[in-house]
Amino acid sequence: MKKNIDQLLKERILVLDGAMGTMLQRYKFTEEDFRGERFKDYPLPLQGNNDLLSLTQPDAIKTIHRKYFEAGADIIETNTFSGTTIAMADYKMEDLVTELNVISAQLAREVADEFTAKEPHKPRFVAGSIGPTNRTASMSPDVNNPAFRAVTFEDLRKAYKQQVEALIDGGVDLLLVETIFDTLNAKAALFAIDEVFEERGERIPIMVSGTITDASGRTLSGQTVEAFLISISHIPLLSVGFNCALGADQLQPYLQRLASQTEFYTSAHPNAGLPNAFGEYDQSALEMKDLIESYLKENLINIIGGCCGTNPEHIQAIAEVARNYAPRKVNTPTS
Amino acid sequence: MSKQQKYLTLSGLEPLVVTPNTNFVNVGERTNVTGSKKFLRLIKEEKFEEALDIAREQVEGGAQIIDVNMDEGMLDGAEAMVNFLNLIAAEPDIAKVPIMIDSSKWEIIEAGLQVVQGKCVVNSISLKEGEKEFIRQAKLVKRYGAAVIVMAFDEDGQADSYERRIKICERSYRILVDIVKFPPQDIIFDPNIFPVATGMEEHRQNAVDFFRATKWIRENLPYVNVSGGVSNVSFSFRGNNPVREAMHSSFLYHAIQHGMTMGIVNPTMLEVYDEIPKDLLERVEDVLLDRRDDATERLLEFAETVVGVQKEDDVTKLLWRKEPLQDRITHALVKGIDAFIIEDVEEARAAVGKPIEVIEGHLMIGMNVVGDLFGSGKMFLPQVVKSARVMKKAVAYLEPFIEASKGEGPREAAGKILMATVKGDVHDIGKNIVAVVLACNNYEIVDLGVMVPPEKIIETAIAEKVDVIGLSGLITPSLDEMVHVAKELEKKNFTIPLMIGGATTSRAHSAVKVAPHYHSVIHVNDASRAVTVVGDLLNDNRQDYKAQIREEYEKFRLQFMSRAKKKSLISIEEARKRHVKIDWSSFTPVKPNKMGIHIIDDLDLTVLLDYIDWSPFFRSWELHGKYPAILTDDVVGEQATELFKDAKHLLNEILDKKLFKAKGIFGLFEANAVGDDIEVYHNGKQLNFLTLRQQLEKREGQPNIALSDFIAPKSTGKKDYVGCFCVTTGFGSDELSGKYKAGNDDYNAIMVKALADRLAEAFAEYLHYQVRTDYWGYAAGENLSSESLISEEYTGIRPAPGYPACPDHLEKKTIWKLLEVEEKIGVKLTDSLAMWPASSVSGYYFANPASKYFGLGKIQEDQLKDYAVRRGIDLELARKWLSPNLSDN
Repeated sequence: MKKNIDQLLKERILVLDGAMGTMLQRYKFTEEDFRGERFKDYPLPLQGNNDLLSLTQPDAIKTIHRKYFEAGADIIETNTFSGTTIAMADYKMEDLVTELNVISAQLAREVADEFTAKEPHKPRFVAGSIGPTNRTASMSPDVNNPAFRAVTFEDLRKAYKQQVEALIDGGVDLLLVETIFDTLNAKAALFAIDEVFEERGERIPIMVSGTITDASGRTLSGQTVEAFLISISHIPLLSVGFNCALGADQLQPYLQRLASQTEFYTSAHPNAGLPNAFGEYDQSALEMKDLIESYLKENLINIIGGCCGTNPEHIQAIAEVARNYAPRKVNTPTS
Repeated sequence: MSKQQKYLTLSGLEPLVVTPNTNFVNVGERTNVTGSKKFLRLIKEEKFEEALDIAREQVEGGAQIIDVNMDEGMLDGAEAMVNFLNLIAAEPDIAKVPIMIDSSKWEIIEAGLQVVQGKCVVNSISLKEGEKEFIRQAKLVKRYGAAVIVMAFDEDGQADSYERRIKICERSYRILVDIVKFPPQDIIFDPNIFPVATGMEEHRQNAVDFFRATKWIRENLPYVNVSGGVSNVSFSFRGNNPVREAMHSSFLYHAIQHGMTMGIVNPTMLEVYDEIPKDLLERVEDVLLDRRDDATERLLEFAETVVGVQKEDDVTKLLWRKEPLQDRITHALVKGIDAFIIEDVEEARAAVGKPIEVIEGHLMIGMNVVGDLFGSGKMFLPQVVKSARVMKKAVAYLEPFIEASKGEGPREAAGKILMATVKGDVHDIGKNIVAVVLACNNYEIVDLGVMVPPEKIIETAIAEKVDVIGLSGLITPSLDEMVHVAKELEKKNFTIPLMIGGATTSRAHSAVKVAPHYHSVIHVNDASRAVTVVGDLLNDNRQDYKAQIREEYEKFRLQFMSRAKKKSLISIEEARKRHVKIDWSSFTPVKPNKMGIHIIDDLDLTVLLDYIDWSPFFRSWELHGKYPAILTDDVVGEQATELFKDAKHLLNEILDKKLFKAKGIFGLFEANAVGDDIEVYHNGKQLNFLTLRQQLEKREGQPNIALSDFIAPKSTGKKDYVGCFCVTTGFGSDELSGKYKAGNDDYNAIMVKALADRLAEAFAEYLHYQVRTDYWGYAAGENLSSESLISEEYTGIRPAPGYPACPDHLEKKTIWKLLEVEEKIGVKLTDSLAMWPASSVSGYYFANPASKYFGLGKIQEDQLKDYAVRRGIDLELARKWLSPNLSDN
């Protein structure tokens, strides 16, 4: 499979899907909808646990995947952004983690295979989404105790390992470690992935996507673009890129720096602009398309998609414009 | 598989890439409980704030990596390591550099690897416990994403010979690269530095073996680096720091020559190699290089004499600490020592009624001594700026106390001085120096920065009730701007004295052009005079002083006018007839190898080092003399040497961390002269460079030159060529300088800009060389020393608009248009056509062997009118731009 996607990346820019959360909001699911039949007597409120919808509203998830493929996406992300014991602890659903990841991967796999069968010349891929969790390994949540950590590398490594195993069992083609605001969390994920690969004797491509939080040009944990890149380049990656927090225009200078420094493929899935006063993203598909086109003109990108606030219209516009440009050339290292 | 993949890359919050161009990578070694008793005590007593200060000092002192070691029997090593690394993570000014996790216990190393987000260095692993354990640890290091130091150590023990060193390193390398698939560039070998001069025969070769092994490793094990703990080598001279320091720097010198790239070095235990006394150096190197049988004896003998001196030295060094408080404060200010100032100021504060009295009393007494010494030529500018740094640190410490004790009046300054670089100009080194020196003398400075419009100056002068206004500028249009400010002040009926300074200003300009428009104008050409002048302007007899200056300037003006009249100028028509005669029929211009426009996007600054002309650098600090002779000058030699050392230090940091960005653009085009214009043809379009011609009447046979004379006239039918360029090293300098300024460190803030200027000039020189020998290639075989370059012994010239051969700044606009300078490399032009960033150089290239630098001198009204027509602007505007060159007749 790796060879397959590698080959495609040499030929053209691949398109990643847009936001899952934005699409789910359109359904206006109630607490009852989140619970479904299976969790109707669950002792804690479950509204907002989007990952759970893979079990309780699988058709909605599949429909969203389908819409993104129809819009022109080559790769969709599984609905597993919070699929770790650490992130699920809020709902006391640690025990469901393996099931959630396997099912979510299978839902995406099913839809992807459906499209690949229809259009064999355009194979579709499933990327297992691995979020940052809700805790940071290199920052203290307690201002009075800067040496304190709410989560350890070991906690993260175990949690990620469980998620990675389940995603691979569910049939994903790629792994996407994304929205990295603390590089140490990502290093724990990469450590876990490398362990799983070694134990299983097989590797699948890994995408890594960091988050530059603001105009300081650094991750939340304080690293510059270059330092971030150096810190995660010890494992062979398919691509490295940025997503979330910023709109396409704010992200561009950092992508330029990234693209000039790495010989991995590059990816970006920015937000639909910055949120307005009501916390909504109102950048239109056409506006976003123009901004993305500026990446393409500068030859910065191999994989492009959307994050918060984007929907199939955005992805369609992006896919259309991406078609007109050649992918960024990656220099294979000498020697 | 990042682009640097074959270079060692590390990261803290910021990247560190070790390339062949990187100078020796300095690893800070004081956060190590086995090496520092103080650090151990702080950790044991859980004084983490102070322990962090040690880490911070190292980073500030130039350590590019910090080594952390918690191997002490009384500590829980893993816990101490995790706790301290977590604390570091919360300090961005420390966490910016990569961490070296140092332990002999794997559990401690692994605990450290789990808490650091950046790419660390593991120090160390080895074959000591066999291949299996070595492979296991190496795999984990790789998976944690760290680089690794590998000790030359195996199952049989530590390598102590050349053969064992290379055998173990090669074996380790093959296992790491072939079996573990460890990236070779992430491997750093430590081939063991052992003591020499121990008296044991078998230790004689210790240093030589290390050097040879290092060389072998770098030549045979691709991409690896070599490191070591340097202080081991001088182990037998514990207690004798002068000898140890000499041994360390000599050892490092040779080790680096042999390929050592990084090391654990205590920078305070390092002598400058060139400054090791010759006799000591010879004996040290006899030992290190094992050059004679009695080397050890001879060094020991010599060491005894050094110990004596040293002891005395140490005593005198600290003797001043026993002096009374005021003497200590004065000493600290005069010597620029900030180590004890807070403690002394605190003692003073406890002794006085109000904290303000410490500034007005203790500190001012000390600064007055500094001022007197400076005024009498016994201190030099760099020292004074260092004194200012101590002063600022003291004042910053006192300020919260002053604010807390409400009801105190504001601090009584000797006067308030407004300082500004005028509108359109961005150069501020001189202004900043004057501001610092005045501040040292108890004047309050209101610094408005650069590009300050007249309205702002007037408004601030009124609002702040200043006592003196100081204007500065470097480019010639600023001269006009100063006249404009003077006129505006007069209109508003100001009485505040106006001080004029800056490289292009002169007593003549101030007297002739500025003084007639304002009643109190004085030119100050250096910082040391500024203090006296301001003092005189503000003391009780100031009216007399002002009257005296007025009278002097009036006299000067009359003399100047009468002298000017004596110079006779010829008509432009006549001057053109006397152009430079070149026999074009027998000369064929060389066609450039690479025509068109070329961009240099991010030049490696290290290539510029050989091209730096240091003499102007010393001049900017008011140390006069030619480099390198200035370093041994009887009067300023000592200061110059110290300044040079500080400059080199900062320069290395700038290069290592790539704090400046160098960009350049240049073009080579077909061109022909038509009259005094040079027609430039590019992409089917034509632009004209307008040149100006000398009009001074000359001796028979001497030409009246214009730059266009060096280009084949169109009428000859010969194709000729011209070039133009803009280079900058200024991106990053404002930020860095601002950072130092914010930390009350004017010394380095000024240094940053002075260095940026030197680098920009060096870039212009470097690029000119590239153009001569390659892009244009008319001097392909040229081979000149850097002295010859500086004295411009090459063929062809690169005159710059705004300078004597072509004083017309408007020409920059043409160059900008032709090359699209701003769009392509971001260098902008201000209203007065100064370049921003300030550390930029632009100009033309002329290749003709007859071309040479000259000064335009004065021109007449007839050429001005002709020029206005050629330029397509009205006469008055032309007059404004060319006014510095217009004859006063």
